Amino acid sequence: MTATAEPTTNEIGKARTRKEDARLITGRSRYTDAITPQGTLHIFVVRSPLAHAKITGIDKSAAESAPGVIGVYTAADLGVEAVGLPNAWPITPDQKSPQRPVLASSTVHFAGEGVAVVVARSAAHARDAADLVEVDYNPLEPVLDMEAAAADGATLVHPDLGTNQSATWVFDSAGAGTGGSVDDAISAAESDADSIVVRRRFRQQRLIPAFMEPRACVVDPTGEQMTIYSATQIPHILRTMTTVVLGVPESKLRVVAPDVGGGFGGKVGVLPEEMLCVVLAQKLRRPVKWTETRSESLLAAHHGRDQIQDITITAKKDGTVTGLDVKLLADMGAYLGLVGPGVPILGAFMFNAIYKIPAYKFTCTNVFTTKTLTDAYRGAGRPEATFAIERIMDELAVELGRDPMELREQNWIKHEEFPFTTVCGLTYDTGNYEQATQQAMELFDYAGLRREQEQRRASGDPVQLGIGISTFTEMCGLAPSRVLGSLSYGAGGWEAAGIRMLATGKVEVITGTSPHGQGLETAFSQIVADQLGVPFEDVEILHGDTQVAPKGLDTYGSRSLAVGGIALVKAAEKVVAKAKKIAAHLLEASEDDIEFSNGTFSVRGTDKGKAIQEIAFAAFMAHDYPEGMEPSLDSDAVYDPENFSFPHGTHLAAVEIDTETGRVELRKYVCVDDIGTVINPLIVEGQVHGGLAQGIAQALFEEANYDDQGTLVNGTFVDYTLPSAADLPSFDTRAVSTPSTSNPLGVKGVGEAGTIASTPAIVNGVIDALRHLGVAEVEMPCTSQRVWRAIQDAKGRSTQETPIDTHSPGAGLGSIDPNNPQGEVQ
Amino acid sequence: MAEVRVTVDGVNYTDDVEPRTLLVHHLRERLGKTGTLVGCDTSNCGACTVHLNGQSVKSCTVLAVQADGAEVTTIEGIARDGQLHPVQEAFNEFHALQCGYCTPGMIMQAIDLLGDNPDPDEREVREGIEGNLCRCTGYQNIVRAVQGAAQKMKPGAPADTETPVGVAGGGE
Repeated sequence: MTATAEPTTNEIGKARTRKEDARLITGRSRYTDAITPQGTLHIFVVRSPLAHAKITGIDKSAAESAPGVIGVYTAADLGVEAVGLPNAWPITPDQKSPQRPVLASSTVHFAGEGVAVVVARSAAHARDAADLVEVDYNPLEPVLDMEAAAADGATLVHPDLGTNQSATWVFDSAGAGTGGSVDDAISAAESDADSIVVRRRFRQQRLIPAFMEPRACVVDPTGEQMTIYSATQIPHILRTMTTVVLGVPESKLRVVAPDVGGGFGGKVGVLPEEMLCVVLAQKLRRPVKWTETRSESLLAAHHGRDQIQDITITAKKDGTVTGLDVKLLADMGAYLGLVGPGVPILGAFMFNAIYKIPAYKFTCTNVFTTKTLTDAYRGAGRPEATFAIERIMDELAVELGRDPMELREQNWIKHEEFPFTTVCGLTYDTGNYEQATQQAMELFDYAGLRREQEQRRASGDPVQLGIGISTFTEMCGLAPSRVLGSLSYGAGGWEAAGIRMLATGKVEVITGTSPHGQGLETAFSQIVADQLGVPFEDVEILHGDTQVAPKGLDTYGSRSLAVGGIALVKAAEKVVAKAKKIAAHLLEASEDDIEFSNGTFSVRGTDKGKAIQEIAFAAFMAHDYPEGMEPSLDSDAVYDPENFSFPHGTHLAAVEIDTETGRVELRKYVCVDDIGTVINPLIVEGQVHGGLAQGIAQALFEEANYDDQGTLVNGTFVDYTLPSAADLPSFDTRAVSTPSTSNPLGVKGVGEAGTIASTPAIVNGVIDALRHLGVAEVEMPCTSQRVWRAIQDAKGRSTQETPIDTHSPGAGLGSIDPNNPQGEVQ
Repeated sequence: MAEVRVTVDGVNYTDDVEPRTLLVHHLRERLGKTGTLVGCDTSNCGACTVHLNGQSVKSCTVLAVQADGAEVTTIEGIARDGQLHPVQEAFNEFHALQCGYCTPGMIMQAIDLLGDNPDPDEREVREGIEGNLCRCTGYQNIVRAVQGAAQKMKPGAPADTETPVGVAGGGE
């Protein structure tokens, strides 16, 4: 047992206001675009307006002679035609992966792909000159529908691959020995009068992460290490990958992620523009900077979701689920992103969710189209899985005539059954679905709202009420390295930490995570303050610079606390163990007699003691310390988690729908989440709020729409409708806790919970409000127009089709429908 | 080139600027006022909100030449004598920011809103800041912060004895 086996908990659980706010509320921030070393050159990327075309000629001459222009370059000019951007997750040995170029050379594969780059003295000069680059294209047929793309005879995105199917990944519980055969479950159910088979198709629309800070990169080639400043979530991975892509020795690279304005998975990537800046900085021997415009970001930064889900569930008529079959098509876009092909696979283990399902099969085929590539977006695979299972549980309840919550409870893992090994072979360590659900239903007044719903239906109220349920779980804390290895992921899942005890007793903490809004500077300070018994204010968290934090795997997948936080605990334990030796030496006592509590080492049974700050000073002076020991308390740790963590919660939404206009109003949202030990309730609440907003946005507001030529038609914030404050209500969020037993803090992770849980809660609510009118499905986003159409269809009334229908008035921001700009009644 | 004289956060600047230069670019690139941020190119996100002669404007929608002779206040100019503005304090106290990118604009808009309506209800706050997008917070704590600041700014409200964070940073 170590000295910190019983850490004092003065800080953990305290609603500390955030340290990082001080700079952010005063404009003392340092986002990448604020970094402009002397002599910086600026680039602008010339992008293809076409989704699929041969490049037949590029005339750079006018641009080259434009004011302020240093040069205009194609891939050939830069000698980077053979360079390919990395995919770190080959999900199958035979996965088809095309070269993803820095700039397209012969063929463009999506609208927004770069074909040339202009370098100039200012960003404005570069942008002006980019308009003068004449590119001749020979259009090819765009490939836009993933189902058609996967079929035989489809136009090929990459003809040399011979197919648009990148890979098919299968998990079968029968084959894995973790459960029965789904095929047997389905045929048994089909031939049994006391069983039922429910099949549904759900569509996960294409979304855009839409972090508020556009991506940016500055590469400074001066000095021994070339410095890459980037608005990235993954500075460490970017460093290693820059070596892999361009051959620059890793030791010659320093990557800095300064203040980063949000990511949500959208800044997990190795970007063509980052690599262009490196190549150009090497070539021109000047700092080179790229800052994208918002329109470029929406067009060319990776998108998220975009799956077709065919779900089959089988059950006894008493409600017991007997099998679940999941068939997915996932649109990768034109190329494979850094972890894009693995995103659906992260969901593979979560379709069974909180339920005891005896037989399960998951099949996912990743498909190429001529669209922007897809990759991680908040939740990455798990929102898709949660949506499908929570929607089909509602459908099953309807088919069986059961209350949807009661049916869930019948099938979920009871609190006394933990730890529970699922049909996917994962072991859920802790959870209590009954506790979270009971609290949520009371807060929500579930029974009262059901009564109101009945009354409104009976009276034919034009405003109908729907109640949406989502009882979700997720796997967080990515990830045990051996598990990642078994999934062929190209890295481990450990995290690194270091603690430096300064001479004056202050503490510098180094983390390999890379926070960009999560409040880790505050939460990690709380953890270290407790572990070392030092004041919160004395702890400084350093991160996001490979010269300062040389080792790390960065921030995504709700991993920073559940993995990076535990690495801190391990490093602190080492500091305390070293300090204990020095304390024993100075106090002339046996190490066995030294106790550590609240930052003081004391000799058991005496009033003799020394504060950890005194020990730190003694170690610095090094005049008197034990033989055989280095005069330092500084310690590093690398923590590789033994298991994932499994936060869960019950989310309930009350949705009002005006059946005359289709307008959806979210009246009430209650959630009770179990995320294990809460380090800082203020930060947790904020993470849940923001997660909910993004999940609700998928349900109601957002979709990246392409026209039939493969052009993104809502590529600005005018018409990609992020919810504003006026589009959302206040949420009632609560936390309960069954601490994780897989890590010493008992934490589970919270970054993605709200996003994962809320989407199905809202859509289940929308359908619940309309089902008695004959509406069985409304595709996301459930805009007024789509809801209104569904109601009209159910009544047998025809409505005029419009090619793109997510810009309807009321979709969020009163945006203009490009198909009906005058807003004519149709 | 056109000469632009502008007072920003109490300092007078005279510069020759290209007539097409946006105020936000003038602030960031010429005057070094990088606390004001750019989040979009269609005047939707509000990250660049500043006060122009006391009124909130999206500084991506104003040409630098239009600000000639004007007084501009940015996020960097609202703390006085080391004391944060009550809206800044409230954003910290109510955890109204995460990544911080919308925050400068959101705070400047909130101050303008409270100037027009010193005691807004929730709906009025939500509508008053709907031109400023945030992707992190879900807005709930921003609404709380604006309402909390309104209470602090009421005439006769007790002065803060405890400041959550100092202008120069660090801890409680």
